[in-house]
Order: sequence, then C-alpha cells, then structure tokens
Amino acid sequence: MRPFREHTGIVAPLDRSSIDTDQIIPKQFLKRIERTGYGEFLFFDWRYTGDGKPRADFVLNQPQFAGASILIAGKNFGCGSSREHAAWALSDYGFRVIIAPSFADIFATNAGNNGLLLVRLPEQQISTLLDHAGQIPCYKLHVSLLDKRVQDDQGFGARFDIDEFRRTCLLEGLDEIGLTLKHESEVAAYESRIANRAW
Amino acid sequence: MLAKTLFEKLWEQHIVHQDPDGRALLYIDLHLVHEVTSPQAFEGLRLNNLRVRRPDLTIATVDHNVPTTPNRHIISDPIAAQQIETLRRNCHDFGVQLFDIDSSEQGIVHVIGPELGLTQPGKTIVCGDSHTSTHGAFGALAFGIGTSEVEHVLASQCLWQKKPKTMQIVVDGALPLGATAKDIALGIIGRIGSDGATGYAIEYRGAAIRALSMEGRMTVCNMSIEAGARAGMIAPDETTFRYVRGRRFAPKNFEKALAHWQTLQSDDAARFDATIRIDAAALEPYVTWGTNPGMVVPITGRVPDPNSAASETERTATARALEYMDLKPGTAMEDIAVDRVFIGSCTNARIEDLRATAELVRGYHVHPRVRAMVVPGSQQVKHAAESEGLDRIFRAAGFDWRESGCSMCLGMNPDILQPGERCASTSNRNFEGRQGRGGRTHLVSPPMAAAAAITGHFTDVRKWRFKEAQSA
Repeated sequence: MRPFREHTGIVAPLDRSSIDTDQIIPKQFLKRIERTGYGEFLFFDWRYTGDGKPRADFVLNQPQFAGASILIAGKNFGCGSSREHAAWALSDYGFRVIIAPSFADIFATNAGNNGLLLVRLPEQQISTLLDHAGQIPCYKLHVSLLDKRVQDDQGFGARFDIDEFRRTCLLEGLDEIGLTLKHESEVAAYESRIANRAW
Repeated sequence: MLAKTLFEKLWEQHIVHQDPDGRALLYIDLHLVHEVTSPQAFEGLRLNNLRVRRPDLTIATVDHNVPTTPNRHIISDPIAAQQIETLRRNCHDFGVQLFDIDSSEQGIVHVIGPELGLTQPGKTIVCGDSHTSTHGAFGALAFGIGTSEVEHVLASQCLWQKKPKTMQIVVDGALPLGATAKDIALGIIGRIGSDGATGYAIEYRGAAIRALSMEGRMTVCNMSIEAGARAGMIAPDETTFRYVRGRRFAPKNFEKALAHWQTLQSDDAARFDATIRIDAAALEPYVTWGTNPGMVVPITGRVPDPNSAASETERTATARALEYMDLKPGTAMEDIAVDRVFIGSCTNARIEDLRATAELVRGYHVHPRVRAMVVPGSQQVKHAAESEGLDRIFRAAGFDWRESGCSMCLGMNPDILQPGERCASTSNRNFEGRQGRGGRTHLVSPPMAAAAAITGHFTDVRKWRFKEAQSA
C-alpha cells in the first residue's frame, strides 16, 4: 500500500451529506475485474449528463478545482454498498484525503486499505473549510498524519483523531495480510481449539 | 460472571489474537463470495502466491450480474460475462464450491446461505456485500466487507476488527395488521436516520421480533446497514432451530450444536451502549419519499416540506431529494403514481414474501400503465413458489415471473429503470440512480409493492379487499 505521511493539495468542496457509494461509483462500472482505471467514472452521474457531456455545475468539472486531491464533504460519507471500487475511484482520480464530519464504517475500512486518509472534523470546521474552498481561488490544505493536523495558510488549523493502528498502517504503507500471516501459529491453534465445534 | 450481550459472546468466541489497543483478529467461520467484489481479491492471492486457506469454509455463487430471463446462461454484456467467467475460473483454481447460474441452488448470496443451512447461530459470516448483516437473523455475527478484506479472509480465514459499540433495538408489542418486518426496518431507520447506528452492532429484541418468522427476521437484519450498522442480530430460538434443522449443510450432530446455540443470548444483566425502544403497535406500512432509506413516512403521510426541516443541512438534503424524486411538498403518498414495480432482492424475495404478495394479487390485474416483475431470491424459492402455484397467480395478474438474482435492486444486469421512471420496490436502497440512472425508487414492503402494481399508485394495504381463491 502507498504510504501516507503528509500531503498538500487543492481542496474541492462537495457540500452534500450521506454521499453513498452508488454516487461515488455507479454500478455499471463494477463489472470490471481490475483495481485500477475507475477515476474517470468517479461521481459519474453527477459529473456527466445522460449523453456524456460534463456538467458545468459539478465541482470537479470547474477549472479552479482541476487537480484537486483533497475532498471536503458532508456527514456519513461513503454510506451504502460495500464496493471498494468507491475507494479505488477516489484514489485513482487523485484524491489522497477526504475530510468530513463522519464516514460510513465499511467505506472507512476500504479507504484505509487503499492509502486514502479520512479526516473527521466537527461540522463547524467543515463548514468553514467548505466556505474557504468555495471562495478562495486555488485553496489548498496541508494535511499531516504525523502531527494529526490540518491547516491552511489563511490561519485555519485543526487537530484530528485517528485510530492508532490505522495511522501506523497508513504511515508505513503496511499490508494487513502480511501482518496477519505472521499470526499463523495462533490461527492454527484457534482452529484446533474449535475442532469440537465441527458438528 | 460478567454479564455479556449476544454480540460480546460471539466476538469473544472468535478472537484469534487480541491487540492491546482493542483490535482483534477474528476467525471467520463462513465466507460467502460473489462475482462482483471478488475478482481483484483472487488476483491478489495469485500475485502474492497465496492459496485460499479454508476453501471448505468458502462458498460462491453468481447473483449480482446474472440476467433473470430464460436462457440466461447467454450473457449479452461481455464485461458481465467476463466477470462471471472469472469467478468460475477462480473457484476452479482455488477449490471453492460454486453455485453457478444453472445450479438448482443458485440465488442471491444472502438467500442461499440460510436456505442451504450454511448460515447458523454462533458463526462469524462475512461477504463482500453490505447486506451480509442479513445472516445475523440466526444469531450469527455477520457483516459486509470490502474486496481487500475479501482477499484477507481468503488468505488467512481471519479479519482484523475494531470492536463496535452495542445497541439494542427493542421492538415491543405486536405488529398491527398490514405492517410487516420491512415496516419494522423502515420505521427504525426513519426514527434513527441512515447513520443512526454507524459504529454499532445492533441486537434486535422484544416481542415483535420474537414473533417474526426467520424470513421476517432476515428482512430486519438485512436493513441494519441502511441505519449504518455493519451487523444486526437476533438471538436464536426455537424458530431459528426449526428453520436450520434438516437443511443440506445443517450440523450432522444437531443436538450437540443445539446445546451451544441455546447459550447464544444476551444475559439479563448485560449492558448495551445504546438502547432504542419501538412500540410495534404504532408501526404502519411505510413508503420512502427521498434518496436514502431514512427519508420515509407512513403511507397515510405526505411528502415533507424542506422549509419545516430541523436544520439547514436537512433542509438542503430534503430539497435536493425532492428535486431528484420530482415530488412536491405536501403531496399525499397515496397520490403518487408508479410506473414500475419490483418485488425481489435480498431484503424481500423469500418464499414468505411471495406468499403474502400473491395472496393480495390474486384475482386482480396489474394497472395498465405499470410494468411489474417478481424476481425470486433463489432457484429454491422459485421452485417452491411454482409448486404452490404462486407463479400462476402472478402471471395471471400480469406480473413478469423471473429467474433468481439481485436484478433491479441495483440494476447490474439488464433489469433497470429508465430515466424518470418511478418504482415501488421491495429492495433496500432508494439512492439516486440505484435502479437505473434517473430512476426514482420508493422502498416498500412486498404487499405494499403489489398493491401499488394493481392500483397504479401507492395504496394503503390495510384497506385492501382480498379475493378468495376460486375452487378448481
């Protein structure tokens, strides 16, 4: 997994709550058997009209947000389907950080497993960041996982909390499967302990 | 001895390794696999030269992509066909049992697990699908996972998990006539919201839950994720044991299993981190009006006004949902006309759902404007329904009677809504575009969907005039 230590990037504001994974990557793009190449389909129905033209009013189609790598969104981001394609699409598009008041559980795990940092901030700070991103041209944030801190050069600064295990995995780009396979003897011991459950 | 909840018992019984920070490596007793979320996981195994650690605890089927029309083994969409073919090859190469498209036991993964007796009390069950919470109806700890986690379970038969908080939802009293398990689920989500249980494992308790059949319990647990909870569960009882006994993969030594299963309930003094109490008698048949399952009102209700929303966030979300759904504030739900009706999905496509629906449909005909389809959850459900003559009732009433699969719940196969079409659906998600781009989904119970199919608009099933079966 690609490690995450710190990142500075352009911020795109998406002021909607409960953005579900069906919106992040619609079903017609789930039939592929690869992990890559989903970025062009990210937010497909919001980004493009029925006949495939970019919608000028959608944030990612606006020139000032070209190359955005940090997304600010409303609460309950990533709810719904467990499709990891949502995390793949966000990463493949170029997002490295999503900042929201809350995230759905399965999405949060998927994001973590793909080196995508999720930052939880209170609604009020989200609201400030949405305003800044909407009003200040080429608004950038600096996100440090080392310091657990988000800041801009306009005076905004906030600390965030993150699960320590997740933080370590992200900082070091650790592969969970590799970690687990080190516990093989414990897994084998567990299996012999439960052999009497083979009814 | 410390009093424990059912969840805590299931959790502790599956710990392989406990980290001091609270994370645990859990053993997984059953891994269900389907074509959409597994190809990249198997590919990962190949790249890392790993095998499936316990193919005997891994079961696969095809459900999301499969057509529901006759001759469906010919799949016209080449990308879908490739995905299904990939699952076949992966199951063959890694020694995993597959219930393929032509199997008499094929079906939606959350329908066939219970049906085959694979889903049992006390198990940990995962699947790369968020509706895995369904299996919690048996007193199992069951939750949906992403593809990286699918790969992790294939490789190690284990999963790292941070312990969720516990929530009990106590549904007391008795469900009134016309309200179903689906209405319990929608009623709960309407009350706590689509993220009301994020971070929790839910245990459903109370007299109204006890009174449900296994099919009804599966419907309730299925929708846990729509309230944000990865897992929802119900302690097993005689209803559970009766359902499992005699099924193909049920325990050979059933009495031994039973002795363990009977210990799987929350202790009287067990404490939950949160408690929600619902009076079943106050529940009604519900219809969603918006673009998430928490946007719901009773059938006697009206489309809400964004201006009466409690917060600015809610006002914006309501206004946006009404725009997408093309609804005006104040419209009576019963005045909303439908174009399509979908009876199916892992929420509501089991035999009991079809029986209740056929009962209502008997002697009526689908409204001329409406296209209605019934998609049984599995081949076994389909055959059971056909042996009871339910297919004849549906066909005579003008419903399309299909082969089993996920179908129009998420429209990965050819069953989709056209832009602007409005659908009464027994599925679980009314997200924008879920059933087809520009499609408008209203979630309802199976009887409510059937009633809408016949009258052409949402209709209170409590007023329904049932017709008697004609004697042959």
